[in-house]
Amino acid sequence: MKVVYPREQWCVACNLCEVACMTEHSRTKDPLKAYLTERPRPVSRTKVEYRPPLAISVMCRHCAEAECVEACKNGTLTRNEETGRIELDQDRCLGCWMCIMACPYGAIGQVAMHVGGEERRVANKCDLCPDRDVPACVAACPNRALVFEDRG
Amino acid sequence: MLYKNPYNNYFDYVVQRDLDRCIRCKACVTQCSYGANFYDPDREMIYSLDANCVGCMRCSTFCPTDCIRIVRNPDAFRPNANWKDNNIKDLYKQAGTGGIIITGMGNDKPFTNYWEHMVIDACQVTNPSIDPLREPMELKTFLGRKPERLEIGRDGDITTKLAPQLVLETPIMFSAMSYGSINYNVCESVARAARELGTYWNTGEGGLPKALYEYGRQTIVQCASGRFGVSPEYLGAGAAIEIKIGQGAKPGIGGHLPGEKVLEGISETRMIPVGTDAISPAPHHDIYSIEDLKQLIYALKEATRYEKPVSVKIAAVHNVAAIASGIARAGADIIAVDGFRGGTGAAPKAIRDNVGIPIEVAIAAVDERLRQEGIRNEVSLVAAGGFRNSSDIVKAIALGADAVYIATSALMALGCTLCQQCHRGRCAWGITTNDPELARRVNPEIGTERLVGLIRAWSNEIKEMLGLMGINSIESLKGNRDRLRGVGLSEGELQTLGIRQAGT
Ligand code: SF4
Ligand code: SF4
Ligand code: SF4
Repeated sequence: MKVVYPREQWCVACNLCEVACMTEHSRTKDPLKAYLTERPRPVSRTKVEYRPPLAISVMCRHCAEAECVEACKNGTLTRNEETGRIELDQDRCLGCWMCIMACPYGAIGQVAMHVGGEERRVANKCDLCPDRDVPACVAACPNRALVFEDRG
Repeated sequence: MLYKNPYNNYFDYVVQRDLDRCIRCKACVTQCSYGANFYDPDREMIYSLDANCVGCMRCSTFCPTDCIRIVRNPDAFRPNANWKDNNIKDLYKQAGTGGIIITGMGNDKPFTNYWEHMVIDACQVTNPSIDPLREPMELKTFLGRKPERLEIGRDGDITTKLAPQLVLETPIMFSAMSYGSINYNVCESVARAARELGTYWNTGEGGLPKALYEYGRQTIVQCASGRFGVSPEYLGAGAAIEIKIGQGAKPGIGGHLPGEKVLEGISETRMIPVGTDAISPAPHHDIYSIEDLKQLIYALKEATRYEKPVSVKIAAVHNVAAIASGIARAGADIIAVDGFRGGTGAAPKAIRDNVGIPIEVAIAAVDERLRQEGIRNEVSLVAAGGFRNSSDIVKAIALGADAVYIATSALMALGCTLCQQCHRGRCAWGITTNDPELARRVNPEIGTERLVGLIRAWSNEIKEMLGLMGINSIESLKGNRDRLRGVGLSEGELQTLGIRQAGT
């Protein structure tokens, strides 16, 4: 199954993967509005960890044995048996953050969401951009520090 | 201004940011290696210290909302045709530091560019042009000594013993840039591109990193006055050896790699301790005459069993034709001449901008002299120093060069924007820096593709231009000055270039 792999030896810490991810997961699909006007503000699902000189963009590994799926008590996180992807159903999420604690890669974050006029925080993670052939972060990376590959 | 010396606070660029469009992604902050862009968490704003900006445009190209403009500082001294801005600013700088002004890249002064005063001939009616897409077109180039005559045996084979040759699929090679002045990722990109293109790259005077020995067959190994990294294995690894006498950007002075750039890998390759300055003497201290040069040429040939061509590289200076003749007679197989627009990793600005001559006239003078003396076949002539596009190259070959070396253009293919900060070791495009964080900015995978792309594009254009001249092989263009005409040149210039006025 194809997932996104960071190649940290080429990451230049430009954060463009984050901008692309946030834009892709915004309502307007426009970086300006996504950052500046959309409320709740979309959040990138990949995170550039920058501790100079090291930099790496970290996102969900879609593990074969996913700790987050094990930890989630109400079926918000599941494996799609057909695609192998680990899916997160934000409408179901209760915000207990067990998945955040369980993920060994720190690849799960939080995002605000409007539910019936109220703002609620739910878990947030890479969904491999189901509407795109190549995930947004991979397409945006100027130095091929992210690749979309099947490494078996 | 605070804590700055007002005498030195005249800066060149202003970083303009449209704050309505800034999404505070900090791309500009992480990409600027000169500390010109900052994020202020208290105001949640990005701001810039214009004085630090060198105009490299790394940030503006990375900004995802295109909200940055790098503009020339509109602050203006009173206009003065004699005292241009850079004269004034350089003077202030020197009064403050008492030092020589060092810079990078090539001569940027508005000397006449002769390529722009030469036009190329085309076939019309009386002779047919050739369509390179439909008919074969040969760019293959051989560099090395050619025999005076060929003897052919009964079976049609050549029986004359031929001197070793470099075989190029296109008449463009990558010029000398040392490991240390550029980082490993750049060396690897260039080496891989040379292999893919069937041409050669040149180590410069910094030796060949062990990991790049696998590209040896595409490599010209240089032996300069500092002898950095020269060993029997090194000489054996290359396809040809080049003795570096001079460089177009700084004729008459030696290379200087500051100690800060001499890190682990560079120290090992150059065979000098980490952190020491690598200073090449101005002359080779064993070469004070053509006879001495001959000894080194033959020592190198002897050391490599006469299997590799030996090149001698000189800067284009006033007496270049006579010097080239001496070099040919000393036994060199290739003469590389580097014009004064050639780049450098570091040179005193006064020298870079005022010493040497343009490559256009140097090619014409050398080719003419070698022909007059009847020794043109004994050496190949490689021209270097400021080739910007395929038509410059076509004109160079028509003037008499066998092939050209490019380096500045190659670095530009990797992102270089000619900001001239190479000597500072902080290149924001990750090229002339060994800082591991910055060097990562050149991914050799991408670098190789871009270099190959550039040379393929130029080679195709060269074929098109040969075709319209009705020529189907680059060999037939060499020294074919009749296919060039001059526009807007004086009688003396036309004569030096050996071409006729357009319309005649
Ligand atoms: S876009 Fe690529 S280079 Fe930039 S931070 Fe993300 S992974 Fe690193
Ligand atoms: S990245 Fe280059 S252009 Fe941008 S502020 Fe820094 S020095 Fe200036
Ligand atoms: S790169 Fe552009 S959008 Fe991002 S912080 Fe800098 S100016 Fe703002």
